[in-house]
Amino acid sequence: MMFTTTMRVGPIGFRIGSDWRAPIAELEALYRDYPKPDDGIPHFTVRLEATRFWRRFIRPSVQIAGDHTIPEALPLPLAQGVLAAEMAMNLQMALGQRHFLLLHASSVERDGKVIILTGESGSGKSTLAALLGEAGWRLLGDEFALIEPATGHAWPFPRPVSLKNDSIAVLEARLPTARFGTRICGTPKGDIRHLIPNAEALEGMDAPAHPALILFPRFGAAEAVRDVLPSEVFIRLTQASTNYVALAERGYTALTRLVTQTSARAIDYPDTARGLALVEQLWTELA
Amino acid sequence: MSARLLCTVLTDPSRAVGLTPDQWTNILTIAHAERLSGTLAHRLTGLILPPVVHSALESARLNAEAGRVHALWEVEMARRALTPLGCPIVLLKGSAFVAAGLAAGQGRLIGDLDILVPRSRLDDVEAALLAAGWEWAKPDAYDDMYYRRWMHELPPLIHTSRDRMIDVHHTILPLTARPRPDAEALIGNAVVLGDGMSILSPADIIIHAAAHLFADGELDGGLRNLWDIDRLVREFDQDDAFWNSLNQRATQHQLGRVVDRALRLAHALYDTPVRTRVRWQWTDALFRARLLARNGRGQNTRRPLRFAFYVRSHVLRMPPLLLVRHLWIKAFGK
Repeated sequence: MMFTTTMRVGPIGFRIGSDWRAPIAELEALYRDYPKPDDGIPHFTVRLEATRFWRRFIRPSVQIAGDHTIPEALPLPLAQGVLAAEMAMNLQMALGQRHFLLLHASSVERDGKVIILTGESGSGKSTLAALLGEAGWRLLGDEFALIEPATGHAWPFPRPVSLKNDSIAVLEARLPTARFGTRICGTPKGDIRHLIPNAEALEGMDAPAHPALILFPRFGAAEAVRDVLPSEVFIRLTQASTNYVALAERGYTALTRLVTQTSARAIDYPDTARGLALVEQLWTELA
Repeated sequence: MSARLLCTVLTDPSRAVGLTPDQWTNILTIAHAERLSGTLAHRLTGLILPPVVHSALESARLNAEAGRVHALWEVEMARRALTPLGCPIVLLKGSAFVAAGLAAGQGRLIGDLDILVPRSRLDDVEAALLAAGWEWAKPDAYDDMYYRRWMHELPPLIHTSRDRMIDVHHTILPLTARPRPDAEALIGNAVVLGDGMSILSPADIIIHAAAHLFADGELDGGLRNLWDIDRLVREFDQDDAFWNSLNQRATQHQLGRVVDRALRLAHALYDTPVRTRVRWQWTDALFRARLLARNGRGQNTRRPLRFAFYVRSHVLRMPPLLLVRHLWIKAFGK
């Protein structure tokens, strides 16, 4: 393994090694404005390795490896190397770090208060968070919300936003090309293009804030807002958490506190403009 | 860099002071790869460390602690299913260490639950586990026959709702291996814990760890197993009768040379106190090189040596003709 880069995303430092230069060069472009790991020591190491020695050169295929891995991770073509790195980093967060309760959610902050948007792939949470991040909110992250059990705070984890399929054009229409990575075609989730968070998000990556609203967005349905009972929020967030079980009592306490102290709404929206308007409207009602 | 620095720091935590950022990065990565991260976290508790290292090790410590709770719960589930049978149920490896509160269990990551039962009661144990919700993990006729005829354990069972594996052993080495440990004596000398489950006697628990590491398998994860041996020896070292009993029992189990090798390597890598006469052999250098074969990025190194030990693990397990037959069936189907 010859090529290495490091970066810090919020409270977590990563070292990424690769058998090939290309994914490292792409990562260095995406993470050019990110800090390096504190003390020069990353929390986690991940590796992008050839499945066989000769697969470095012929039909190169990327196997993810690192401090924490799952045996069933499938190799990806080299053209999707950045995606492989992202998956590997997700695995470290989900399997390795035990400081934060991890929610598969995007989150944004304004006036010191956080909205957590969670839902399945395709619910539009990444797109909404990316758009809010350009419209007066600070983007905390589009993949994981990090809840600190001791304080209940949500910590930023502002990785480049992974835009998929139709949402790519929505953001491309508004932001300069320099904010985007290379378009990756034909991934298991369709086309993907990364959006580099703005300066406000990156400069604020060490500033946690308190959750004030949990939203369950659903894209493509007639506009509707529904209250969600704490019991349902609890169950849905245990499903959205990648380490709730591993955190045991700390996880339960953290999640119970989050659910009982934070309002929650399910929102259906037909298009992103209405989605954004709904978020602003609910935010005003909350205040 | 190899895994050597990790061994040094585990043995003498004061050596962690003044490590460079690159050394720390590599040690953390190697500790993860060798499944020693929880152990490292435990060893370095209370030292003043770079904040990032402290935070990374705190995660490792919490992870190991959660694993310990899960492992103890599996022990309890097995206890409820099996103690009505009235036969000794001997916990092995990590589960035994944490159930008995041994130093070897501190920070240790624990995988499957391993138990040893009398061979005459194997059918009853199997039936009781199946009735209590475990099922076959690999339902395959050849694998099933392979385990039952030649191995020292039942085919692995997995619990339907908890998704955890249990390995039920009736001895500690494959029946096809050359040494024939005295399984009856292992069970006969086992120490009963408060809840009715047992662990092996001090000598036998070390002999089993040594047999598992040096007489079976290709030394993958060997640094962790050797660390177990180091902690166990240090725990029992105070007892004068221990060393005599270790020698005598190792001979009884036909594992004298294996135990000697374990002691030599544990002493070489972890400075383990050894009070019997063991002389370094030139082949020990190969074992040491194999145990340390990992670079600072966590990757396996020394491929030819690894391959040689892989071949050795098969040769140890079976006589040559049986091995050829087994590999043939595995490669070309049934």
